[in-house]
Amino acid sequence: MNFEFTEEQLMIKQAAKDYAERELIQDVLERDAKAEFPTRHIKNLAELGFMGMMVDPKYDGSGMDTVSYVLAMEELSKIDSSTSVIISVNNSLVCYGLQKFGTEAQKEKYLKPLARGEHIGAFLLSEPEAGSDAMHQHTRAEDMGDHYLLNGTKNWITSGNSATTYIVMAQTYPDKGYRGINAFIVERNSPGITLGPHEDKMGMRSSDTHSVMFSDVKVPKENKIGEDGFGYKFAMKALEAGRIGIASQALGIASGAFERALAYSKERKAFGTEIANHQAIAFKLADMAVKIENARNLCLKAAWLKDHNKPFAFESAMAKLYASDIAMEVTTEAVQIHGGYGYVKEYHVERLMREAKLTQIYEGTSEVQKIVISRSLLRE
Amino acid sequence: MKILVLISNVPDTTTKIRFVDNNKAFDTSGVQWIINPWDELALTRAVELKEAGGVETITVANVGESITEPTLRKALAVGADDAIRIDTTPKDAFYVASQLAQIAKDFDVIMVGIEASDYNGSAVGGMLAELLNFNSVSAVSGMNIENGQLSLTREIDGGQQKISVKTPVVTIVQKGIAIDPRIPAMRGIMMARKKPLTVLPAVEAGEKTSYVNFELPPPKAACKMVDEDNVKELVRLLQEEAKAF
Repeated sequence: MNFEFTEEQLMIKQAAKDYAERELIQDVLERDAKAEFPTRHIKNLAELGFMGMMVDPKYDGSGMDTVSYVLAMEELSKIDSSTSVIISVNNSLVCYGLQKFGTEAQKEKYLKPLARGEHIGAFLLSEPEAGSDAMHQHTRAEDMGDHYLLNGTKNWITSGNSATTYIVMAQTYPDKGYRGINAFIVERNSPGITLGPHEDKMGMRSSDTHSVMFSDVKVPKENKIGEDGFGYKFAMKALEAGRIGIASQALGIASGAFERALAYSKERKAFGTEIANHQAIAFKLADMAVKIENARNLCLKAAWLKDHNKPFAFESAMAKLYASDIAMEVTTEAVQIHGGYGYVKEYHVERLMREAKLTQIYEGTSEVQKIVISRSLLRE
Repeated sequence: MKILVLISNVPDTTTKIRFVDNNKAFDTSGVQWIINPWDELALTRAVELKEAGGVETITVANVGESITEPTLRKALAVGADDAIRIDTTPKDAFYVASQLAQIAKDFDVIMVGIEASDYNGSAVGGMLAELLNFNSVSAVSGMNIENGQLSLTREIDGGQQKISVKTPVVTIVQKGIAIDPRIPAMRGIMMARKKPLTVLPAVEAGEKTSYVNFELPPPKAACKMVDEDNVKELVRLLQEEAKAF
């Protein structure tokens, strides 16, 4: 057992913290209000190495471990989860999936610019009628001999418009059920792709979420990932890793709200003393701190297992379930501690509360995490 | 052109200050150490100049025990090429300057922050220049290299002074030398361990000062609120309690 971080891990945590506190904070409220994509920040964070953090340096990544990733995601998400979700999808769904299952040629052509952050990746699994029920993909990828022909609609796609590289799950052999699903790399500017309007979301408003429509989109054969019918398994493997990213994001949302509530409770006076001196508030702070510490330990354990090439699906599902649930609880309490001020945008905690809600929904709802966890328990 | 940036290892600026040993020493337990903010800006400018092509190498150096190495490695991650640590406990400014004099003579430009955020001595730069018999320029808020020629901007009373100086020179830099300290990129962080960090023994040098004791400033007095209609009371408080006039 070793709870100490390495010097490099601490430097990355500090780099993320410095960037968030110096840069992201400046326009986070404005971007939230206007639903504006953080173009400048993604470029800067790419230069610092955050877009392909865990990708092998031979594919132009930073070669960091997953523990560093958890630390970075927490720090960025304390301030701005719209930016951190773009980073999370790029790193732990798209880059991770391509590095683990892509061919050399695919890595050369698609992974490298994604890892450098010159391209942004999107992961297209959800459909209007298949979110949690990912086995039943309606999007078709018909084998036309020398290419595939893609038809269908994908929903809730993070970076739907800003991404240059899509990873799309689609059904090739409907009679084979989920074993007939394939995963493809699709270029955003392929003819036949149209986007739905920018979704007007409750939170994470600065990330661009769209539905994506495919109408007779030609995909080269060499853009299929893995063996025929590997698509569903590919998506599930990528999501296992993705959960660590979203769990750490939820953790960051919780700890960001907690830090603000703690500071506020030491300044704000009521009944002649700082409100932190009232047990009603002090006990809330204690409860919040315990939850955050538990969530952090779950995230780091899942990351540690992944870094040591051990199975981590069970732990990443627990981390995601727990961290997103406590993010909702902690941010709600942070608003409560702030009182009326907490309900005002200037104090950030209401935004963090809106952001927390999404962590219980995307990349597998809390209910789906419980399915993953319970099935894993019952299998043994 | 070879640049040496001197790096002071100081407590994080949000550290709660406590003293031990009968108030003769700073309590270092639980302290997070950082690069002195002025030195960090100096290093940032050095890296910018190197990226622009006017600088051959950047070396960073400090006087301190092994506990200061993470701070030096951070400087390597930011973009210095190599680091030197002189292995001893820094005692006072003259002692530190004497240690640095043994390595600094090989450089064209020595950059040192105008003060360190721990003891705020502001003395090492000037002493080092004197020991080396180098020129020194203080209050430097801008540095450029054009065709191998060093030009500096100094902050002076009521304005700025642009000067061109001959190397070798000790530049004592302040705010403005760089806009924000450089955040290390992950590539830099990974490369930091592979860059050379040389540890040198200390040389004999006398201490010129010793600490008698430290005192914390008195805690801020509570704020008294005076009713807006009660100007008389406000004047009385200002005169009798605050002794403002």
